[in-house]
Amino acid sequence: MVQEQQLETVDINVNMGPQHPSTHGVFRMVLTIDGERVVDVEPHIGYMHRGAEKLSENMDYRAAIGFQDRTDYLAQFLNEQAYCMAVEKLLELAVPERTEYIRVILCELNRITSHFMFLGAFGIDLGYFGTSFTYGFRERERIQDIFEEVTGERMMYGYFRPGGLAWDVPDNFVQMIRDVLPHARQGLNDLDVLMTQNEIVAARTKGIGAMSAEDSVNWGLSGPMLRAAGIDWDLRKDKPYSIYDRFDYDIPVGSHGDVFDRYLVRLEEARQSIRIVEQALDQLPDGPIMPEKMPRRLRGPEAEVYAAVEGPRGEYGIYIVSKGGDKPYRLKIRPPSFCNLSALRDMTVGNYVADAVAILGSIDIVLCDVDR
Amino acid sequence: MIGIFKSMYITFATMMRKPVTIEYPAKHRDVPQRDRAFPILLWDKDVVEPFCTGCHACERACPVECMTVTMKDNPLHADDKSKRRKIVDEFWIDYGRCMRCNICVEVCNFEAIAMNNTWAGHELSKFDRNDLVLDLDQLLAQHKQGKIDEWVAE
Repeated sequence: MVQEQQLETVDINVNMGPQHPSTHGVFRMVLTIDGERVVDVEPHIGYMHRGAEKLSENMDYRAAIGFQDRTDYLAQFLNEQAYCMAVEKLLELAVPERTEYIRVILCELNRITSHFMFLGAFGIDLGYFGTSFTYGFRERERIQDIFEEVTGERMMYGYFRPGGLAWDVPDNFVQMIRDVLPHARQGLNDLDVLMTQNEIVAARTKGIGAMSAEDSVNWGLSGPMLRAAGIDWDLRKDKPYSIYDRFDYDIPVGSHGDVFDRYLVRLEEARQSIRIVEQALDQLPDGPIMPEKMPRRLRGPEAEVYAAVEGPRGEYGIYIVSKGGDKPYRLKIRPPSFCNLSALRDMTVGNYVADAVAILGSIDIVLCDVDR
Repeated sequence: MIGIFKSMYITFATMMRKPVTIEYPAKHRDVPQRDRAFPILLWDKDVVEPFCTGCHACERACPVECMTVTMKDNPLHADDKSKRRKIVDEFWIDYGRCMRCNICVEVCNFEAIAMNNTWAGHELSKFDRNDLVLDLDQLLAQHKQGKIDEWVAE
């Protein structure tokens, strides 16, 4: 006689990362799965922790610029911009007009490169292997060459200084960018056709990992994640810093807050950045790049300042507590990736394992930014 | 279905474009004039000595502490051949630690240090970590032999 067996199923734990191609670095998450469905997610971060905040506290205000590049390594100019803005606020330095324009141009180009990187890597996460990645990288490389021509470095620029810039841009700066912008626009259009209208991409992304507007606000999301949920919040428009109030551009907003909307918002944001760059190039004035009364040693008063920029991933803020002297007493970085990543569990639970990869890709995390 | 055909069209259109890649180890692209590889020391050809006086300015400013400098009395100054009273005695830079931030070049009062802007500054992989610590002769060699058109921002 065959005894009837009581068959039982159990949830199993699957370890994803830290060495996993689709976790964008060294992010580790332990998925509890029931068949194909994700029941629970436990993220483990900290593999990339280098103590960027503490390192910056041990440097004087100028030397710490080098460490700001190394937090969010896809948006280095924007990190430098946030840090310089905080130091300028602390020391009450007036930034010259030309410097502001060059900063805006470089920051917006940096946003385009970062979004190209996202569009490329996002394709890989969806199983579009290599196609979108090579397309995105080809156009990104052209802009990267401009950065190399201006700053001399490919990744860790270290170009902004509190009060101004390290040195002036080359003579052919404006022409160089004007030559590249059509390529960037063409690259975005290519990716648009490759991915937006592709039925497979739509099937993989529409309605996946949706966050409501209310939840997004409660989790403290920012950047394209928040705007995809339908909330029109962009620091460039709503808390204008630098000279962003002089340009005419739109803030793309999604409606569903799913993976597809986040992708669309980023694609459109890159196009708007091209518009800002074009306007800034037209208005670029001549003049000095450093303030006239620049102190030789940067010594801050006893004060606390916070400065934030709208990075490609969200609000990137620097909080400096100064007790006098040439070093900050405490420097806190508000990393957009970390705050956006905190909502991962809410988005992932209930979806398939394959969708977990797509959702993680749509957050567009940079692990150096998460762990600092 | 239409979307997939449109994607295929983009793919085939791209096949007609010129390639943008370079076969790297065989060919090298031009590096820009401002290229920042690793710091090197400059050689004063008129006086036949380094520009560097060993003043420790770069050593103090370096965020990653990759430099070691010592100073000595300049023998050429005693013979009235040089205006530099002090001159660099020993200079080491650990390229393994250097993060190429350009701060040493900016703080230098004598324009004695510059970033290597040639391909010689890249492709420096070594089997032994200690080989990445360069001494004074090695740091001066590039400029002494006239291989570098240095670029220092005003």
